Amino acid sequence: MIPVTVIDYKAGNLTSVVKALKYLDAEVTVTDQAEEVRAASRVILPGVGHFAATSRLDETGITDALREVIARGVPFLGICVGMQWLLTGSVEATGQPGLGYFQGWCQRFPEGSEKVPHVGWDHILTRTSPAPRLFAGVEQDEFVYYTHSYYVPTTILREGALSLENPIAASTKYIATFAAAVEHENVMGVQFHPEKSSAAGLRVLKNFLEFRC
Amino acid sequence: MLSKRIIACLDVRNGRVVKGVQFVDLVDAGDPAELAKRHATAGADEIVLLDITATHEGRGTLLDTVRRTAKELFIPFTVGGGIRSAEEAAAVFDAGADKVSINSAAIAHPELIDAIGRSFGAQAVIVAIDARRVAAQPVDEAEVFVSGGRTRTGRRVIEWAREAEARGAGEILLTSMDADGTRAGFDCELTAMVSEAVEIPVIASGGAGSAEHFAQVFQAGKAHAALAASIFHFGIADARALKQELAQLGVAMRLPC
Repeated sequence: MIPVTVIDYKAGNLTSVVKALKYLDAEVTVTDQAEEVRAASRVILPGVGHFAATSRLDETGITDALREVIARGVPFLGICVGMQWLLTGSVEATGQPGLGYFQGWCQRFPEGSEKVPHVGWDHILTRTSPAPRLFAGVEQDEFVYYTHSYYVPTTILREGALSLENPIAASTKYIATFAAAVEHENVMGVQFHPEKSSAAGLRVLKNFLEFRC
Repeated sequence: MLSKRIIACLDVRNGRVVKGVQFVDLVDAGDPAELAKRHATAGADEIVLLDITATHEGRGTLLDTVRRTAKELFIPFTVGGGIRSAEEAAAVFDAGADKVSINSAAIAHPELIDAIGRSFGAQAVIVAIDARRVAAQPVDEAEVFVSGGRTRTGRRVIEWAREAEARGAGEILLTSMDADGTRAGFDCELTAMVSEAVEIPVIASGGAGSAEHFAQVFQAGKAHAALAASIFHFGIADARALKQELAQLGVAMRLPC
């Protein structure tokens, strides 16, 4: 069984994520304690709801703990707001900084021709070269389940050793083309809900559980 | 491209799936957990479980049924029926629901929408509206009914839908009580009216009898999702067959292999 630590920051419901991980035979620890996060060998930061709720990560010391484990190479997966939090910040709560692992700001879909929030099954285009490890075995154009009003732009950057790198692993087009998933070394994120995305979503979670640096 | 959603609805009474014609004449149609899994395998995009007798009999939602149904379900799962407080909603989420659908309790206590949204996010709150039209009146006079369609509220559907959205509902589940169970087609006029009045997605319900009916409610009715119950239970079609037909009619569908 693969141990995985799921962070509970009191924003929304963790039942579905935990259920999917257990279905994949993971050994799941749910915690709101920085010390447990520091000891984790694999971390998932879920999140539905408001970006401002991530202030709890700062208050509990989990932000600092996550910086440490990420620097140590521990595989990290952010889901929905958990992925958005990897950015500099979000226009949803400009006073609340994100982790700043990626440079860029989360944006809101403009209202107009299409409904906001973006709710339902939409397809993803995965990067072809290099193929993202998170999507091994997932068909190109596969459908995944979304529910969000804010999105990660495809223009975000990560300062690499020699140059600025674009971490977009998959994208979806809805009003704007946005990041469906990011992947940079041990740091990954998905805007969609893999725990609700049927077989394709379970495959993404399985790939994360089996991820080796 | 965002696909239109086909939502399999399980009307549950005493832990069994039933389906009535215009809210009466209930017929036993099976075990909720088993049916939910079968629908998901056949390609349903979501599952809704409605405990249809909860409100007027004053019973709580069947947490055990929810837990059993959620166990191996990896598509969105909504539970409704008899949820009267944020605490009851929390218990349903804890049992494995992703969204709750609230109806009578939201009319009685609209602040319940805000409360659940604050704790679990707007995406987790569906406000269900049972609508009935008055003959010879324009569609925007359609009225909200509660308690399984037994009690009229005197509120207009369009105003209630707007209030629900303003309070933080994530979706509207709109049932035409006039069409429900007839298999004669959705009320596209009613659905389009509500869909145009709010930004959030509208799920159409009531009246499904053929693939064409779904195509009509997605196109003329401007619905983002549609609910189907009896159309699946009695072997008329499964989700896969329905979605293949809809794709041929030009509706964007998720077609899992």
